[in-house]
Amino acid sequence: MAFASVFVPNFMVQAVVRAEPALRESALALVEGKPPLCSVTAVNEKAAQMGIEIGMAKTNAARFAGLEIRPRSLSQEEIAHAVLLDIGWSVSPRMEDTAQDAIALDITGLSYLFGSEEDIGAHLLQCSSTCSLRPNVAIASNVDTALIAARGFAGITVIPSGQESKYLGELSVSVLSPSAETAETLSRWGVHTCAAFAGLPVLQLSERLGQEGVRLHVLARGASSRSLVIADLGHSFEEEMDLDDAVEELDPLSFLLGRLLDQLCARLAARSLAAAAVRVRFELQPAFENAFDIRKETFRSKNPSGLYEREIQLPIPARDSKMLLKLLRLRLQSNPPGAPIHKILLAADSARPRATQGGLFLPSFPDPEKLELTIARIANVVGEGNVGSPSLVDTHRPGEFQMRRFLTPLAAVETNCNQGGAHSGKQRADSKVATSFRAFRPPVPAKLELHAGRPTRVIFQGLRGEVLAAAGPWRTSGDWWREDPWQQDEWDLEIHFHSFSGHSDVSAKFHPECGLYRFYYDSLRGGWFVRGIYD
Amino acid sequence: MSSKTTALRLRVESALAARVASPFQYRDRRIVETVSAGVLPVDLLTGGLPRGSLTEIYGPPSSGRTSLLISALASRTAASEVCALVDARDAFDPHFAEAAGVKLKQLLWVRCRNVDQALRATDLLIQGGGFGLIALDLSDTSPHVVRHVPLQVWFRFRRAVEYTPTVLVVLEQESNAKTCASLVLGLRTQKTRWSQTSERMGEIISPHSQGFLLEGWKSRAEILRSRAKQEDRRWIELDETSMGASGIGADFETQTIGMYSRIFTGKLSSEGGPRQR
Repeated sequence: MAFASVFVPNFMVQAVVRAEPALRESALALVEGKPPLCSVTAVNEKAAQMGIEIGMAKTNAARFAGLEIRPRSLSQEEIAHAVLLDIGWSVSPRMEDTAQDAIALDITGLSYLFGSEEDIGAHLLQCSSTCSLRPNVAIASNVDTALIAARGFAGITVIPSGQESKYLGELSVSVLSPSAETAETLSRWGVHTCAAFAGLPVLQLSERLGQEGVRLHVLARGASSRSLVIADLGHSFEEEMDLDDAVEELDPLSFLLGRLLDQLCARLAARSLAAAAVRVRFELQPAFENAFDIRKETFRSKNPSGLYEREIQLPIPARDSKMLLKLLRLRLQSNPPGAPIHKILLAADSARPRATQGGLFLPSFPDPEKLELTIARIANVVGEGNVGSPSLVDTHRPGEFQMRRFLTPLAAVETNCNQGGAHSGKQRADSKVATSFRAFRPPVPAKLELHAGRPTRVIFQGLRGEVLAAAGPWRTSGDWWREDPWQQDEWDLEIHFHSFSGHSDVSAKFHPECGLYRFYYDSLRGGWFVRGIYD
Repeated sequence: MSSKTTALRLRVESALAARVASPFQYRDRRIVETVSAGVLPVDLLTGGLPRGSLTEIYGPPSSGRTSLLISALASRTAASEVCALVDARDAFDPHFAEAAGVKLKQLLWVRCRNVDQALRATDLLIQGGGFGLIALDLSDTSPHVVRHVPLQVWFRFRRAVEYTPTVLVVLEQESNAKTCASLVLGLRTQKTRWSQTSERMGEIISPHSQGFLLEGWKSRAEILRSRAKQEDRRWIELDETSMGASGIGADFETQTIGMYSRIFTGKLSSEGGPRQR
């Protein structure tokens, strides 16, 4: 059996630095508590070298030049913990969620996948580095030894089986996490290292320190034999960022979103997953109702909830952070949040990444990821809802249809190809051609002259014409039980245009000589309209 | 000088005779792949719609431009390709298109409000790539507006679509792309066909008689420019009701789907049969 442990030293600081990588090179102190009683709870190495101590008042710490002070962020710590779990699951599903800053993994048999134990440790470190964490990794033959070694040694430590006590011996007894009372007792006895502690007789230790002493003794010898408590596989992928200064412009916001998306995609990649949907939620600064936006010279409407939420459903699961950022940018451009943003939350619904095999005889079709971007860009130009795939509605109401989201019909394409669909294009040439129709949206009002109930002259859009032939009427009606019923008499008219009626419509200058139109008389509205033209 | 050149040429030709038959003879290596327009007479006339090129179809209203385009879309979607229609005036009718055989799920429809939007959307679609056919429908836009589209736009489209498997079709009232178009097809209405006409019945009857129905019309397609096919045939008559004819100007009587739309409309009901009005 072999177990690996990943421990993140100075977890609170690392959680904050992960969200704000610029702080990595600075002296950083985290403070906690209600003002004015804020005190330092964690410091990084540079801050410690400057003399900042845990428990120091914030006002005192603020006197040090070059020290960055940030509040402790519980939300960032939760996210960093989730990242740590993802790192563990990237290697093995048998993982124990030991503490907020430590995990333990069963890596038995993984040498076939990753190589030697050192390679597994290197893989864990690389994954952590991608996810902006810098942990210690230790590998040992039992769980507790691995955990203690990860707390005690920096970098990758591999403890060969049977040499646990030798390796742990040089560590301080504090890595065994004794209670304050026991720690004080050991200090009075002059026992400072695990080796010294492991050398004490167990029976006498039990008499003086009780069961805790025996447990610590087993740990110090590296002789623990407990099994892992397996954690449930998590599927939550969220990233969050609190902003000191609210962001209103799209460019700085994109920068922040890009960073969060990078982290989110790195986590998904570590788990060999991809995002099926990305949700973004902004907490907005409260804005005054009808506040005047000076730059845009428009009145900004108040967002009553103070939240801005959008969801992007992806046609296929993806984890390309640049592509996702472009999609988010396009969505934000078309629907900008109405107020400055002071908190960002990004979440992804995970799914298995697409795995397809290309075929030599498959027709070309747009790359789904690229197509999604293209559609988003077009939607920015023509408006959302004006781009998609038309689908017919189960109704007799003339001209009814609905727009649906366009998806590359990969399944249909593959099915057709398997059935020899690639040759069906040739078959279409023998089929008859249907007369097609161009709709006027909305229908154009018209004036008709009737003779014996039949149209003889028409005027519409500044055009005047003689009816050469007419077919109709076809009376249709429906939806009488609804608020918008319809009742129409339709006519197909062949019209010869002979003069310009003087209307100021520019298109009238280019009026056609003749055309085949579909007119209808709307019985409910009491007027004639042109539905469209046959073409 | 010329004798030296000839001698040198002969030497090179004799040296390469085993490998290349005629090394100095120019050959256009670019073979233009064409696809069916879904209409056999048009395919016979033009050799098909060229891929990687701009095809212009122009003509007055009711000349069959849309029918030809819908037929091409039906052909491409039947071949499992994904198509896009950029509709400058939001005039596309999905009911007629589906009746004509277009698989609507494979069609990306962009509904624009003006030419500017249509050109930008077309540009984005060409850059996106992967479409079998992209149609830019400017049919309902007045010719003077389309005439003011800068020539570099057409050049840009031509360059963007070149070396791609996409057929770019532009529908207009006038030809505007000039030399950027590889195929320019002009359509004209020849004759409207109504049921119970005097010619058909052999007697003079009232045009407004009972049961008078629009059957379709006959159009004439004319090639104004074609880089793919250089032949003597420059025009062909198309019958809207029977474009599947296998000869020039041949007439075949078939029932139009337009007539069907008089009787049946909408999609099939859940019972499996078409609903009657």
